[in-house]
Amino acid sequence: MKRMLNTLFVTTQGAYLSKKGDTVLVNIDREVKLRVPIHTLSQITCFGQISMSPFLMGLCGEKGVSVSFLTENGRFLARVNGPVSGNVLLRKAQFEFQQKNGKTSKLAGKFVTAKIANYRAVLQRALRDNPENKSDELNKASKYMKSSAFVALESESLDIIRGIEGEAARTYFSVFDHLILCQKEDFKFTSRSKRPPLDKINAMLSFAYTLLVNDVRSALESVGLDPAVGFLHSLRPGRPSLALDIMEELRPIFGDRLILSLINRKQITSSGFKKTESGAVEMNEETRKLLINAYQKRKQDEIIHPFTKEKIKFGLLPHLQAMLLARFLRAEMEDYPPYFWK
Amino acid sequence: MLVLITYDVNTQTKDGSRRLRKVAKACENVGQRVQNSVFECLLEPAQWVELKDKLLNLADMEKDSLRFYYLGKNWQRRIEHFGSKPSYDPEGPLIV
Repeated sequence: MKRMLNTLFVTTQGAYLSKKGDTVLVNIDREVKLRVPIHTLSQITCFGQISMSPFLMGLCGEKGVSVSFLTENGRFLARVNGPVSGNVLLRKAQFEFQQKNGKTSKLAGKFVTAKIANYRAVLQRALRDNPENKSDELNKASKYMKSSAFVALESESLDIIRGIEGEAARTYFSVFDHLILCQKEDFKFTSRSKRPPLDKINAMLSFAYTLLVNDVRSALESVGLDPAVGFLHSLRPGRPSLALDIMEELRPIFGDRLILSLINRKQITSSGFKKTESGAVEMNEETRKLLINAYQKRKQDEIIHPFTKEKIKFGLLPHLQAMLLARFLRAEMEDYPPYFWK
Repeated sequence: MLVLITYDVNTQTKDGSRRLRKVAKACENVGQRVQNSVFECLLEPAQWVELKDKLLNLADMEKDSLRFYYLGKNWQRRIEHFGSKPSYDPEGPLIV
């Protein structure tokens, strides 16, 4: 199995990244703050005012390190990639599969089923940990997840699958507030809001999802799939549809669970946020770093993959799922096995 | 795996200083300088073979010495650091 490589996050405003030999130098105020050998990295993610020398970009391209630039709040700006990697034949198979109407819905159904099942796992876990906490509503939602996961698996129509997904997500987020056990007053969740997020939890969810979509996108690219050609999400210019597809199964684990733990363990408090004039809620730099830190630590945890039975680090999951999908598209496998969290 | 590399290069001659620079550069390209002439390198076995060969070619075995310590996969619990110039953990979260 591939070794999980690290991601370098640069959040200090005004930092300048340059190349020295085979290493990445992070300069802050003309002082070298960090020197990292490139072979230990798979990604560099920059937030806000960060600059980078073209020679470093060249080195990253050559070594297959993907570089992304995001705004301070995590909105995607740009990405620097080296030469196209992977196999044309795989990409061709992916495009052909996308054209076949009946077949895409089956794959889309898999993504949605896994997403809903993993939503249910989050709810079940809350029920197990805290049996007295609003268990009626959680139980009801959990039962609903179970039935709709089965419906999604059986459905033939893409529209129906998308509908089931939307309804399940709505039900899940309607009980999401019950999963917050500490600091309930400061962290109130009513509904999902994005662009811009209107409360603290939404701000954190959106940020964690951005980190995840970046990881999934890089994983797809390194396997040789085209991240823009998705099956569940419709094709739109500039949208990484396939990354969003694969991400669906991983959202509850990498995003929701992570944020719940941070709040419930009181690692993040309400003082780490600010509200802008437009009503958008943003994290301050410290909170952002805390979240990245927790996200990166999560990736180090080890799991046994239910399908390959291999012991892997959590962070390799996007890569493994991308590989399984590639095998399925090449018709080396009967079916694509999505990831079910336990 | 993590390899700790330490070296002593005799710099009495001009040629010696040149060797020292080259050895230091080779190490800096793949690892982290934790003290003077002490490097920690996180490598795949194949990368290590390559680096080792390079270092052995650069050094003059009559005058210099190289020492390699193999700290393996669970190197985190084998290292303790005290004092100034703290190092970064190449496998931990890297945020600047």
